[in-house]
Amino acid sequence: MAADFVLLAEPVMDDPGSIVFLLSAATLRLATPLILSAMGGLFSERSGIVDVGLEGKMLMAAFFAAAASAASGSAWVGVAAAIAASEVLALLHGFACITWRGNQVVSGVAINILAAGLTVVLGNAWFHQGGQTPALDESQRLMPLFFRNAGDNILVYAALLSVPVTWWIIERMRFGLRLRAVGEMPLAVDAAGISVGWLRYRAVLLCGLMSGLAGAYLSIAQNAGFSRDMTAGQGFIALAAIIFGKWRPFGALGACLLFGLLDSIAIRLQGAVVPGIGEVPVQLIQALPYLLTIFLLAGFIGHAVAPRAAGLPYEKEH
Amino acid sequence: MSPSRKPLPAWADLALVPLINIALAFITIGIIVWLIGDDPFQALKLLVIGAVGSLDAIGYTLYYATNFIFTGLAVAVAFHAGLFNIGGEGQAYIGGLGCGLVILAFDKVLPAWAMVPLGIVAAALFGAAWAAVPAWLQAWRGSHIVITTIMMNFVASALMVYMMVNVLIAPGSMTPQSRGFAPSGQLPALMGPTLNYSIVLALACCVLVWIFLWHTPWGFALRAMGHNRAAAIYAGTNLKRMTMVAICLSGALAGLVATNELMGVQHRLLLDFQAGYGFAGIAVALMGRNHPLGVVLAALLFGALQQGGAELAFDMPDITRETVVTIQGLVILFSGALEHLPRPWLQTLFSWRSR
Repeated sequence: MAADFVLLAEPVMDDPGSIVFLLSAATLRLATPLILSAMGGLFSERSGIVDVGLEGKMLMAAFFAAAASAASGSAWVGVAAAIAASEVLALLHGFACITWRGNQVVSGVAINILAAGLTVVLGNAWFHQGGQTPALDESQRLMPLFFRNAGDNILVYAALLSVPVTWWIIERMRFGLRLRAVGEMPLAVDAAGISVGWLRYRAVLLCGLMSGLAGAYLSIAQNAGFSRDMTAGQGFIALAAIIFGKWRPFGALGACLLFGLLDSIAIRLQGAVVPGIGEVPVQLIQALPYLLTIFLLAGFIGHAVAPRAAGLPYEKEH
Repeated sequence: MSPSRKPLPAWADLALVPLINIALAFITIGIIVWLIGDDPFQALKLLVIGAVGSLDAIGYTLYYATNFIFTGLAVAVAFHAGLFNIGGEGQAYIGGLGCGLVILAFDKVLPAWAMVPLGIVAAALFGAAWAAVPAWLQAWRGSHIVITTIMMNFVASALMVYMMVNVLIAPGSMTPQSRGFAPSGQLPALMGPTLNYSIVLALACCVLVWIFLWHTPWGFALRAMGHNRAAAIYAGTNLKRMTMVAICLSGALAGLVATNELMGVQHRLLLDFQAGYGFAGIAVALMGRNHPLGVVLAALLFGALQQGGAELAFDMPDITRETVVTIQGLVILFSGALEHLPRPWLQTLFSWRSR
């Protein structure tokens, strides 16, 4: 479950209007990293590069955002560092999967484990706080823009904006058409004289950019610093959202909002006793995104069809 | 690949390439250690002493290696069938749940000769059952096993938190742990505080997996499916059934981690006892080239790293146990995703030499 201190700190209000406002604000806050990460993953997956390393990229970005922000005193330096760190891992993924035609899932798993280890090793070496970064004050963070208690910092709006932009790029731009083609049938793209590798590298780099923003959101917007394993599976939830949204931007947005809502309900219901049911098993609500995705993949709720060339390295014939 | 390059000789392919890949991983971690301001050679020395410097250290190393053998074998069996099981983490967790439930239910009434085998069987069965869900979904509904096993890991974790916090927590306990197992539900110790008889079980599993994969018709069909699905269908293999066999066997092996951790060492059911071993199994299988003997060797190395890394963290305050996690990630990267990296240069080298 994602930490959401604003929600935890709020008293439960009985006024239905404020409950709706607070719950939708919480949903949006919790969905923001999922949306950013899912849009990044969409670019990668639609180009035929499976990315189970979203989690690792987000984690590495979160660490570097907090570290750079703490060192420089500027949140924007933090954002830049997050993007840079995430892009390094994205390039590594591209190097392994595109240039060396390695197994994409193996590469993604490697990136996740590498990030889980390296963030703590570097954090401990630089800050000596057991892998955490120092707590950031308000000037080192991205603060809410309009509503103090809604947590609507700039990355929340960026996430919402990224959905139509992603849709426009993938569905309406020439680059997007080629991107979709390379994810379905790279041979055809190659035969048209367009470089499969360069297209896929660009997709992977876009994924790195978005994962970087998602990571920065976690450590310098939603929270005031980095703590070990702070992504806590959100990269995988984003992956689930991509599948749940059937590899389409607005579908993925819907899935992210649904998962964010489930998460905010889970936080709200922690320890609460509902009349007639008793204590609600919060763990069940937390497991719902994963269960729903499994049901969807099983074909019980519609069908999710992956890009046809996803996961397959492209090898030119000789 | 230019036509002038000949394929590598078998020994280079089997031994040299993996060794170079591991060397690359270690050079990288050496650079990282150097960058954070420590002496990598001093760190390596401390790590080796910490891992094999005393009988106690060797006992710990072998105890960690036992877990890595189970999860490494689990991943290797699935790899042979052309399937990628990254659900070892969840399968080990649920294997522990089964093992714990059976022991907590019967340890007061059954003697050790009945309780211990029952606990082992329960661990394997629960692990296999947890793996059967993604296996069935892959075989009959075409859902990709990589995604479903990832999702099942998280479901397992949620289920275990619920069970431990609400159902199995020992009365009066502040932390989510079950009551301790009675002596009949414990595996006897072999050496030191942690090494126990589960390592014998792990080695027996290696032999059994080797016999199964290379000396039985089912093992042959399983490997045939991994090499060439079309040929396997043509040979009359039931791919759906073989998928179930491969993944359930894989899940059962992962579930056996519980025999070492719960029956051997902790003597109770608790949260996160399997943490990280399921994923590390991928590194072990890749490094051991999916062969049981290779898995044992790789597991020994990883066990030594785990133990040596823990000792190292005491001696060098800037280095934490997560250094070992980083090495695991690098090994997966270099011997998995980038496994072909040294090949072209080696091929050039060999063809130049034989000219």
